Amino acid sequence: MTPPDSRIEVRKTYKLYIGGQFPRSESGHSYVVDDAKGRFVANAALASRKDARDAVQAARAAFGGWSGKTAYNRAQILYRVAEIMEDRRPQFVEAVRQSEGLTPTQAGKALDASIDRLVWYAGWADKITQVTGNANPVAGPFFNLSTPEPTGVVAVVAPQQSSLLGLVSVVAPVVVTGNTAVVLASPGRPLPAVTFSEVLATSDVPGGVVNILTGKHSNTAPTLASHMDVNAIDLTGLAGDSAQAAALEESAADNLKRVLRPPATEPDWTLEPGIGRMTTFLETKTVWHPIGV
Amino acid sequence: MLDRVTSSATIDNKMASAASTQPSAQFADITRNDDTLRRFLHGLPGVDQVGAEARAASLGTRSIKTTAKAWAIDLAIRMVDLTTLEGQDTPGKVRALSAKAMHPDPADSTCPATAAVCVYPDMVGVAKEVLGNSGVNVAAVATAFPSGRAALDIKLADTQDAVQAGADEVDMVIDRGAFLSGRYKQVYDEIVAVREACARPDGSSAHLKVIFETGELQTYDNVRRASWLAMMAGGHFIKTSTGKVQPAATLPVTLVMLEAVRDFREQTGVQIGVKPAGGIRTSKDAIKYLVMVNEIAGDDWLDPDWFRFGASTLLNDLLMQRTKLTTGVYSGPDYFTLD
Repeated sequence: MTPPDSRIEVRKTYKLYIGGQFPRSESGHSYVVDDAKGRFVANAALASRKDARDAVQAARAAFGGWSGKTAYNRAQILYRVAEIMEDRRPQFVEAVRQSEGLTPTQAGKALDASIDRLVWYAGWADKITQVTGNANPVAGPFFNLSTPEPTGVVAVVAPQQSSLLGLVSVVAPVVVTGNTAVVLASPGRPLPAVTFSEVLATSDVPGGVVNILTGKHSNTAPTLASHMDVNAIDLTGLAGDSAQAAALEESAADNLKRVLRPPATEPDWTLEPGIGRMTTFLETKTVWHPIGV
Repeated sequence: MLDRVTSSATIDNKMASAASTQPSAQFADITRNDDTLRRFLHGLPGVDQVGAEARAASLGTRSIKTTAKAWAIDLAIRMVDLTTLEGQDTPGKVRALSAKAMHPDPADSTCPATAAVCVYPDMVGVAKEVLGNSGVNVAAVATAFPSGRAALDIKLADTQDAVQAGADEVDMVIDRGAFLSGRYKQVYDEIVAVREACARPDGSSAHLKVIFETGELQTYDNVRRASWLAMMAGGHFIKTSTGKVQPAATLPVTLVMLEAVRDFREQTGVQIGVKPAGGIRTSKDAIKYLVMVNEIAGDDWLDPDWFRFGASTLLNDLLMQRTKLTTGVYSGPDYFTLD
């Protein structure tokens, strides 16, 4: 007979985050997520190529509304995400600690850095245009203005090691400028990404702006790389796997996707990132406007 | 379940005395006046609403993959009546749409053409000019589309105008006010009159599709009655909706109409086509309809001559799915025209 004070633990099976909803994988499959010491933590959804297709559809549908918001508004929305992450501190610390095998103090530091990174990028929303745009001098009576515009739907292969700081560091620069994202979370350490999706769902980020898929890259990354309705792909999560990265880059060539190649090893995410990740997913639009008399 | 529900002894008796193949002649006794029509139409077995919806839903769960899917998508493209029925239509838009109907996917010459282009009567000439003898028909909506609220002579003039301009098919709307208030004879006579107005000087005639606007008919029983009324009056096709009223085409409504055409052919030998229109936007939806056609009416109806989709956005989704099957890569709306 079970003693009355012991209870059966609820074993969680997390779901995907697509279009502001939390659907199960279309395939019905899930996989076991262990912590850094190999103990069972939870189940996560194993995304299939059809989930990737659905996520692209959701991201495309969200693009018009998100890129049409004022930069100031996007910044406010990302600040709000940072606030909610602060509220969920214990849950994030636990998830990062389990995933990366850190001490609670180290995990807390990783969370601090993640929130700071998000705030840092949010601040860029209404400044990136001033830095990368220009009023060009031309030989005629015209205003000639170059302004950065978001590329569209961006597929992001998130870093494998840094489950939260790395994730925020690759997602924030994509969406802050007005792109929408389909993110493949770290296959071995997906739980901080799942918690992050719960934060997004309860924040003011419109559904579909960020879509998070968990599971093996081999199921979803090739689909996203070859998808004609994806405008760019960030392969950072394939650091060190140059063979797979090359294959994906090849299939991305069909619709001339912008490709951010992975580095040889995963970068140190605690360093200040610079604006390179934002400008990679921006396009420059130049307009000529006659000067009135 | 719902199969073979219509087994009315009355029809069989009337049939025995009718020799002509013209359905309107076979049903002379039934269609004499409002009373005889009401007696017949209200004597049709009622539709089991829960059963019809359950059957439609269960047929929608069939999984159609690989080669069967490729076949279904090509068939669905061939069945599309590519439609533009907006107040803001221009000759340019109709020309573009007609060109698209002939070559839906300019990047792939194996892609079949659609069945027809469906426009307002004043645009028939423009569409005809582009389509010529390509095999793609021009369908015109007539008879004071979409409400059907006009005097009969105006409706007939509207129809004749479309036929003279070169329409191969005429989509008429029934007078829902008359139908719902039980003036069946009036509805019947109008359909007969419009069918006569479809005649061309050379003796041939434009095909007549009869639109019920099932969203306004309230019950499946009414859909079944309207189907029989239109078939007896000599319509070549029965069509669910104008696309201007919600709900437009649904699976259960189409199921009831498919049962009606199946039973009608069993009893008279005359085959009538069915056209769901409005609200069918994805390939998945279209394939559900095709499964239902095969299971309810039979594969004789799996042909553009006997089943059509009234749609505009559906075609692009079919083309994207087709491209996915041929190239193995998901396509996007950037690669297909906006219409």
